[in-house]
Amino acid sequence: MRKIKKIKIKLNGKVKLINEHYKIQNLLRDVKVPIKKVAIELNKEILDKKKLDKIKLKKNDKIEIVHFIGGG
Amino acid sequence: MKDKFFIANKQFNSRLIVGTGKYKSMRECAKAVELSGANIVTVAVRRVNISNKKKPLLMDYIDPKKITYLPNTAGCFNSEDALRTLRLAREIGGWKLVKLEVLGDKRNLFPEMIETLKSTEVLSKEGFKVMVYCNDDPLMAKRLENSGACAIMPLAAPIGSGLGIQNKVNIRIIRAQTKLPLIIDAGLGQASDAAIAMELGCDGVLVNTAIARAKKPFEMAMAFKNAVIAGRQSFLSGRIEMSILGKASSPKKGII
Repeated sequence: MRKIKKIKIKLNGKVKLINEHYKIQNLLRDVKVPIKKVAIELNKEILDKKKLDKIKLKKNDKIEIVHFIGGG
Repeated sequence: MKDKFFIANKQFNSRLIVGTGKYKSMRECAKAVELSGANIVTVAVRRVNISNKKKPLLMDYIDPKKITYLPNTAGCFNSEDALRTLRLAREIGGWKLVKLEVLGDKRNLFPEMIETLKSTEVLSKEGFKVMVYCNDDPLMAKRLENSGACAIMPLAAPIGSGLGIQNKVNIRIIRAQTKLPLIIDAGLGQASDAAIAMELGCDGVLVNTAIARAKKPFEMAMAFKNAVIAGRQSFLSGRIEMSILGKASSPKKGII
């Protein structure tokens, strides 16, 4: 059986191994993030939440997922 | 005549804006917000905790459909970071009304006004409605107004210091020169500080630490609510002239 190749990305500042050909949508499903309550940035570009299933992740991509927390 | 309060053409019932930081729990925060009567709460934009999925979300406690979320840029020390933060905030849920806060010094947390001014210009051009945290400097306040700010938010004293309004004269000068909403942001310590701000003619106050870190946050939230109402009524009622001499309240006629 062919082994699935893994690539290294950075998610919220932490290194994460994901399957090659993973799309943003797959990653968000894995980490169980409520998409409606967050914003997602890929290499400092804000992503359109409607296009998450179209964007493939590449090696060394930097993803930031943010939400609102208490603040003054 | 009804005393109406507008920010960026939107009407709000309460002139008290409260922060949602520094509370012991989300539950405590939500209860304090409710008791304060605030229609607007400030919120911060931060990374989602990926490893702890059970961590409660602010939106589960304070409904953004009922209370206006005002995303801030707390913790940003330059224009680039502030712009990035607010663009992300807009993406979370279409928020255009934002609070810009670019800090310049980690110890006193004073605003970096050059970066603040630059950011205000860019954000206004991008269609944001920018409420701007600033120093109590009338000249800078004017420049912010000319750069498209929708509200001027001078500090009373350093953030979280609880010192109350340190420079009433500057606040009065800023009040006299602007028709924009003027909201005291940062440095209030107790309810009377909010009443003083309102009596100076400010349109509102923003309070976080003074409520969240009070020994009894719920009671303090109510105290601030009442103080803002009292201060506003007092301002609108027209205070008496000051005199260094006494003037008797009872008539002289008929003294025995």
